Amino acid sequence: MSSFFTFLINGISLGSIYAIIALGYTMVYGIAKMLNFAHGDVIMVGSYMVFLSMGSLGLPPVLAVLLAVVVCTVLGITIEKIAYKPLRKASPLAVLITAIGVSYFLQNAALLFFGANTKMFTSVISLPAISLAEGQINITGETQVTIIVCIIIMIGLSLFIKKTKAGQAMLAVSEDKGAAELMGVNVNGTISLTFAIGSALAAVAGVLLCSTYPTLNPYTGSMPGIKAFTAAVFGGIGSIPGAFVGGILLGIIENLSKAYISSQLSDAIVFSVLIIVLLVKPTGILGTKISEKV
Amino acid sequence: MLSVKNLEVHYGMIKAIKDVSFEVNQGEVIALIGANGAGKTTILHTVSGLLQPSRGQVIFEGKDITRIPAHKIVSLGMAHVPEGRRVFSQLTVLENLKLGAYTRKDKGEMEETLKMIYGRFPRLEERKNQIAGTLSGGEQQMLAMGRALMSHPRIILMDEPSMGLSPIFVEEVFKIIRDISATGTTVLLVEQNAKKALTIADRAYVLETGNITLEGEADKLMNDESVKKAYLGE
Repeated sequence: MSSFFTFLINGISLGSIYAIIALGYTMVYGIAKMLNFAHGDVIMVGSYMVFLSMGSLGLPPVLAVLLAVVVCTVLGITIEKIAYKPLRKASPLAVLITAIGVSYFLQNAALLFFGANTKMFTSVISLPAISLAEGQINITGETQVTIIVCIIIMIGLSLFIKKTKAGQAMLAVSEDKGAAELMGVNVNGTISLTFAIGSALAAVAGVLLCSTYPTLNPYTGSMPGIKAFTAAVFGGIGSIPGAFVGGILLGIIENLSKAYISSQLSDAIVFSVLIIVLLVKPTGILGTKISEKV
Repeated sequence: MLSVKNLEVHYGMIKAIKDVSFEVNQGEVIALIGANGAGKTTILHTVSGLLQPSRGQVIFEGKDITRIPAHKIVSLGMAHVPEGRRVFSQLTVLENLKLGAYTRKDKGEMEETLKMIYGRFPRLEERKNQIAGTLSGGEQQMLAMGRALMSHPRIILMDEPSMGLSPIFVEEVFKIIRDISATGTTVLLVEQNAKKALTIADRAYVLETGNITLEGEADKLMNDESVKKAYLGE
């Protein structure tokens, strides 16, 4: 029983990372109606920033993370401006292919700058582990921080969207760009802001991911990116609570299947669950279809 | 107040608007009438900046706004109630109204406008926390109008406000347009319901396949034989 609890907690922690990444996918999809497949690689860039600024520059962890967030935010806005904005009126397929191209570009740029060798990432978290049930359950500092950070981000983002003008503008743009424009909302600015927030979150996710699983190479972001995308679809793409629910569930399913079924099959099981959910409810768990009233 | 000069708008290769010019004076209610596909909505979209013309000019209060993006035109004092209402269906009534005041800085003034709008549309106040998508078509039209008024415009463009509404709401909508005009706001109205539009308009322009074919005072147009035949069903 105690081992089940440990697997569960670790699953929630992994799921929290997926949820934070999934927010980036789901917000960008909701507002720009595109799948930004380069999102996973922004995670990798963020992790390298932390790795280098702690290792080479000797910055303290907090500053290193802040630097990574700033770099990723600028990167996200730049990618949007250069690669996606010129395609605003192009077919979705062209945008999708461009996103995959950006993903490869980032991976290869990382290969060029940082080399192909896998680096050992030093955790930025120095919180002691908590022991429960007379030492049978151990919750590491990384796990605690990951879950707490995820909850803070969820609450913060929900408040931002519900309570601020910029957040309301985001909802307006995601539903009807033209009508939002008629309200005086700068649609391009709102899309930029969405990319900025998504990329900043990707940096945070990267740090948490590499602190828990301490290896880093140019492909580090790719698999978690795909899993998080799955989580976003699973929860209902475009929905922020959906990204949260989808991410956490995916993390739990993955970890429990690794523990009880097979660690090799765990990914297959995760994607099978996705297929089943989509067969039963094509919009995802919390996704809704907007029905138009005429 | 608003003058449109030699406007030409293309959708790809198709010329939707051909050399259209018209004037709207301060305080007037101007109706643009015409059949489906005549280009009425295209003209409104071009005036409010959602579409860019290939030729011609839009001058608003002496300022050339032809190349100004739509989101900046709102704060110049122009609001646009789009065709099909286009309320934000997943947001509440109040959130929709607040988005209407997106460009306004002064919170106190905004609250006052909100009070004024609740006074004019009591039903919106009753339903302020209801999700807009659950309102009836008529209520959504009230919301779309209220939302546009939240920016405190000097001119309001309305695109088919009576479309798809029950006769009671149609009456209500035209009564509200009259009220809005009575408070000094200029109105540019696009309507398929030509009869109703002509009864509340000061002047009107008749649009046919991208051209203005007829213009004049509304009551004169109402007695014009060709207008009667084509648009009033007499």
